[in-house]
Amino acid sequence: MSERLILLENINKSYGEKVILNNLNLYVRDKEFVTLLGPSGCGKTTTLRLIGGFETPDSGNIYFNGKIINNVPPHKRHVNTVFQRYALFTHLNVYDNIAFGLRIAKRPESEIREKVKEMLRLVNLSGYEQRHVSNLSGGEQQRIAIARALVNHPKVLLLDEPLGALDLKLRKEMQRELKAIQQQVGITFVYVTHDQEEALTMSDTIVIMKKGIIQQIGTPVDIYNEPKNAFVADFIGESNIIDGTMKKDLLVNFCGTDFPCLDTGFGINEPVDIVVRPEDITLTPYDKGQVTGKVTSVTFMGVHYEILVESEHFTWTVHSIRNASVGENVGIYLHPDDIHIMHKTPKEEDKNA
Amino acid sequence: MRKKFLSIPYVVWMALFVVTPLVLIVIYAFTASDGSFTVDNISGLGTYANVFGRSLWLAFIATVISLIIGYPFAYILSKESAAMQRITMMLIMLPMWINFILRTYSWMSILENTGLINQLLGKLGILAALGVDYIPLINTDGAVVLGMVYNYLPFMIMPIYSVIIKLDRSVIEAAQDLGANSFNVFFRVIFPLSLPGVLSGITMVFVPSISTFAISKLLGGGKDLLLGDLIEMQFLGGAYNPHLGSALSLVMMVIVMICMYLMNRFGEGEEQAVLL
Repeated sequence: MSERLILLENINKSYGEKVILNNLNLYVRDKEFVTLLGPSGCGKTTTLRLIGGFETPDSGNIYFNGKIINNVPPHKRHVNTVFQRYALFTHLNVYDNIAFGLRIAKRPESEIREKVKEMLRLVNLSGYEQRHVSNLSGGEQQRIAIARALVNHPKVLLLDEPLGALDLKLRKEMQRELKAIQQQVGITFVYVTHDQEEALTMSDTIVIMKKGIIQQIGTPVDIYNEPKNAFVADFIGESNIIDGTMKKDLLVNFCGTDFPCLDTGFGINEPVDIVVRPEDITLTPYDKGQVTGKVTSVTFMGVHYEILVESEHFTWTVHSIRNASVGENVGIYLHPDDIHIMHKTPKEEDKNA
Repeated sequence: MRKKFLSIPYVVWMALFVVTPLVLIVIYAFTASDGSFTVDNISGLGTYANVFGRSLWLAFIATVISLIIGYPFAYILSKESAAMQRITMMLIMLPMWINFILRTYSWMSILENTGLINQLLGKLGILAALGVDYIPLINTDGAVVLGMVYNYLPFMIMPIYSVIIKLDRSVIEAAQDLGANSFNVFFRVIFPLSLPGVLSGITMVFVPSISTFAISKLLGGGKDLLLGDLIEMQFLGGAYNPHLGSALSLVMMVIVMICMYLMNRFGEGEEQAVLL
């Protein structure tokens, strides 16, 4: 897992005035599951299309196995793509769809038959050979699209929001399956999504993007627990983001109160963003809290209650498995470990996966 | 369902102007001039086998030429800018706003022995070089086919164009992604997916070509009859015989239907956007 299979170096891309990618640097290691995550318009799909060969960068280089591939057309790249809306060939049946790449490569028909069968088994659609693709459900079409791409044994599989059109239950099922397939065939996946949960459950590495700039690269656990800035914290899971001031090392002030924390190295009285995860907040009796407030809303979410607590300076979102009642006065306690402090102006992150 | 009454005008129209004439044609085709039942009209058509053959052949040639010109045209056009596409589409439609007969007449003056082409060839000294007074262009099968292609080409281009323009861009990218070069992308994906347009284009050129009479009369000189001319003669011409005319029409309809059926079988599996 150390070889840099794909390397994007100082990539810039604009459409007219609109900057899509701003000096992007990223590498993908062999056999890694990398997810490009961000809101729509963040450049994640463009990044994927650059790797697939459907776009060329305005400046910068794309390396594949150490060779620059900027101008190599898609049909000569060792990557295959699973498109957002599957893009199956409606004039062909399932068998011919999957066999498409092998036929282009002029493989013998006996080998094609073997491999198509193997792929259908992999995606749990054995026996579907003669079916017409337009008669398949969304989930089935998706699996065919995956099989059609994987049958060519690409070095890298690119997936552009492949589960976006599926319903929640099917999506969860496919997430598990995709991860299993990736481990089974042992190839690199580059996955694009705007669904943070999808990213967290499947990826080895998550790349968070915003407006063409990479915000943070890291493992799901790192990104969830140590978001580099308020955007990342807010995008990955829910967060309370509060303006604060760093008094000195290990002491931060927000909501009119000093809190002990674990962070050091900020300037004295530097303005900072404070990020607190809703599930990290402990509700206490009114007189025991560091901050006090009044419950304004309680919503049952299944596993937990979402409780909004209005304090003097800020409305807190709290996830608790204990119920509270609207109008109740409560205290809020924050463990030093759960207070995440971030520099105000997010520095441009640009390296490494 | 509740709005069913809205279809009444159309149903009445269909009954009056589609169903009734068809029924009349069938009745006429199977009756003699005294009104008695007969199959002589149909069985006697063997004499006109050469007319049927010639009509089918010329319509076939015109359709093939239209396809050879129309498909690449539609395909290339679909890749142009939106403005270019709009302007070109309008230019294709423009001649259709001019009266059909007038358009065909103008071809006469171009093709005549003393027409534009022969005049031009004369001025360039080509006729003299060939040692002829003129090159015979009008009153040939070529002129008839030219008239058919000229008049019906837009009906080939438009359905093909509208299918190609709607092709999902990502399907083409998927083919490239799977290793297809532009040759393979075209022949394995774009062409098969545009077949419904091709089939309806063929239908829309072939059917009017096989039944045309004005074109063959004006550009073919009317010496070698086409089906359309023959039928017209039975109703409006000197050979007045609506029973024979109806029989000819009926058989022609059946031939066209068989052609269309075979073609649709050939394009099976595609959306049933074709035929009617």
